[in-house]
Amino acid sequence: MRSSVPVSSSRWSRPLLAGSLGLALLGAAACGGGSGTAASSATSAAGAATSAAASAVSSATSAAGGSSSSAASSSTAGGSSAAVDPTRGQGVKIGIVTKTDSNPFFVKLREGAKARAEAQGAEVIALAGKFDGDNEGQVAAIENLVSQGVQGILVTPNSSSGLLNAISQARDAGIVVIALDTATDPADAVDATFATDNTKAGELQGEWVKATLGSTAPKVLMLDGTPGGTVDTFRHNGFLTGMGLTDDSPEILGKENTNGDQTKAQTAMENLLQRAPEANALYTINEPAAAGGYEAIKAAGLESQITIGSIDGSCTGVKNVKDGVIGATVMQFPAKMAEGGVDAVIAFAKDGTKPSGFNDTGSQLITDKPASGVDSKDTAWGAENCWG
Amino acid sequence: MAKAPPQRRFSFSSIVRQPLLGPLAALLLAVIVFSLITDSFLRPQNLSLILQQSVVIGILAVGQTLVILTGGIDLSIGAVAVLGTIVMAKVAGASGAVTALLVVLVVCAFAGLINGTLVTALQLPPFIVTLGTFTILYSATQLLAGSATYQVEQGPLTFLGKTFKIGTFTTTYGVVVMLLVYVVAWYALTQTAGGRHVYAVGGSPESARLSGIKSPRVLLSVYLITGVIAAIAAWAALGRIPNADPNAYQNANLETITAVVIGGTSLFGGRGSVIGTLIGTLIVGVLRNGLTQAGVDNLYQNIATGVLVILAVTLDQVARRRNR
Repeated sequence: MRSSVPVSSSRWSRPLLAGSLGLALLGAAACGGGSGTAASSATSAAGAATSAAASAVSSATSAAGGSSSSAASSSTAGGSSAAVDPTRGQGVKIGIVTKTDSNPFFVKLREGAKARAEAQGAEVIALAGKFDGDNEGQVAAIENLVSQGVQGILVTPNSSSGLLNAISQARDAGIVVIALDTATDPADAVDATFATDNTKAGELQGEWVKATLGSTAPKVLMLDGTPGGTVDTFRHNGFLTGMGLTDDSPEILGKENTNGDQTKAQTAMENLLQRAPEANALYTINEPAAAGGYEAIKAAGLESQITIGSIDGSCTGVKNVKDGVIGATVMQFPAKMAEGGVDAVIAFAKDGTKPSGFNDTGSQLITDKPASGVDSKDTAWGAENCWG
Repeated sequence: MAKAPPQRRFSFSSIVRQPLLGPLAALLLAVIVFSLITDSFLRPQNLSLILQQSVVIGILAVGQTLVILTGGIDLSIGAVAVLGTIVMAKVAGASGAVTALLVVLVVCAFAGLINGTLVTALQLPPFIVTLGTFTILYSATQLLAGSATYQVEQGPLTFLGKTFKIGTFTTTYGVVVMLLVYVVAWYALTQTAGGRHVYAVGGSPESARLSGIKSPRVLLSVYLITGVIAAIAAWAALGRIPNADPNAYQNANLETITAVVIGGTSLFGGRGSVIGTLIGTLIVGVLRNGLTQAGVDNLYQNIATGVLVILAVTLDQVARRRNR
């Protein structure tokens, strides 16, 4: 370590080394642009439609398992069965900007968009924020896509109002912008929205829990998502509506934020059960939160006492319903959102027709314990139509 | 006095001979490569975007550079800025934008002062202190915001997002402010006694003490100034996105450290420059933008950035050993 080489001699090795390595790197990156593989950690509540005009939402189309679209790894529920013209999208470039790279829901959204675009000869460029709440990263992504000259951008905004400037700049540049999964606020900041009506999804969870409890007085715990999240608020309020409760009802014994994360949810539930061991119903923002909550319930030996509802419809979640970990989950259809978005952009690029309004891609209660008065499908159907 | 371990002799000339060549070569190389493989990269409008996208992290990285030069590290810098955006939005709603800008300056400076006090008065390691304040500030910000995001009115608070033209080149006032912060910091660090003290405290605390430099006062000033810089970054952030979101900039601490390290500043203190940090910030911005233009998955940008960090630290180590 005590070489006595003068400093100056090292001054040329630095740039050379940096330069050659940088070159190799960029070369590798430029040639190796593949699609990211699905990571497996759900980090957030997979999003939700925040329909500012939830009342004006067109009635939910029931999600029938349609023909699965090409190239996607698992079947895409309700993939529109319209025949796809393999040359229709030639020369069309579509950008998709999701909240993060790692959440399976967004992976599905991305894959669905890619498969649908490739089937029509169009190209998809997928970008994402680095974490839930990374507005700056999403703005940069939109700007870079505009710079690149895409015809349309599909975006799942982190914050319903954080991207308004970037979106309006894109639209001013003649690009069609479509919100997937999470609406913007105001909703008409984008050309159109393809999403789950999350209030309704929350209501379905609440109705099923209420019907399952029957004449028993509800004692509810709530594992929420991220404080102030648009999606999270809609699901939370929808659940309360379905239960016939409000935030101030004495039937609600406790609420905790989990960021939709299984580990955080387990800790939160352990603490809630210390406070309210008599609870008999659990609302969860998403399936990872439900899985974490169940771990805490099992450790406390209360599996038979507490009814768990959830929302998402991932394949893991459906399997958890089948195994009795979750009582019921409400499935959403990310592939349908992506396909609707891609088709709308291609249509716009071909003949200038712009999509508009809120397009509900549907939600479906999945359970093996049907409750009277609540429409549901069993886990066999769920396994065929799940995502992730 | 016991024999002190052999210290690297501190001399001002070592500051001047900063090895900026490495980072500069990497930046130029990236620019050349992206210009060749894409049609859109070299467009003035695209280059302007890269600058705009670098503003917030770029400003924060100046503060991070100061702290790292003293041998410390500031993990709370992004949290201070996010607190600043929420304070600005809330105060502006109650008593106007100009008051809000003044209040945020005081609040962020105070946050910096707390960091500095804990580091100097209690002799705690900066890493631990700022890890603590980072956690505290993030949660305090969530409480203050009631976990809601605040949209701010167009006006003084969003001024740094306004565009103007230099000839045909469109840019924002935020970019100008970022460059100003760099120029002022560069001048203060290289042309004033205070700047030399910052290098001395980080490079060789013992020599600094012997030459009569009051280290605690220098450290306190550095953390205080870093708080002020975070306030400026908060203002710039509202210019870029007129939305104060308590969940934003969660990785700003790591992103600023990345920019500082890629820019050739030593994590061991006493060696480096803000100009290097500016180059480091731009390298990250160019990679993100260029790889997007080239249609490459975003994850490659993160990998490339990570490799550059390790490379830069390796080079720093080599230089340090040769300096022994």
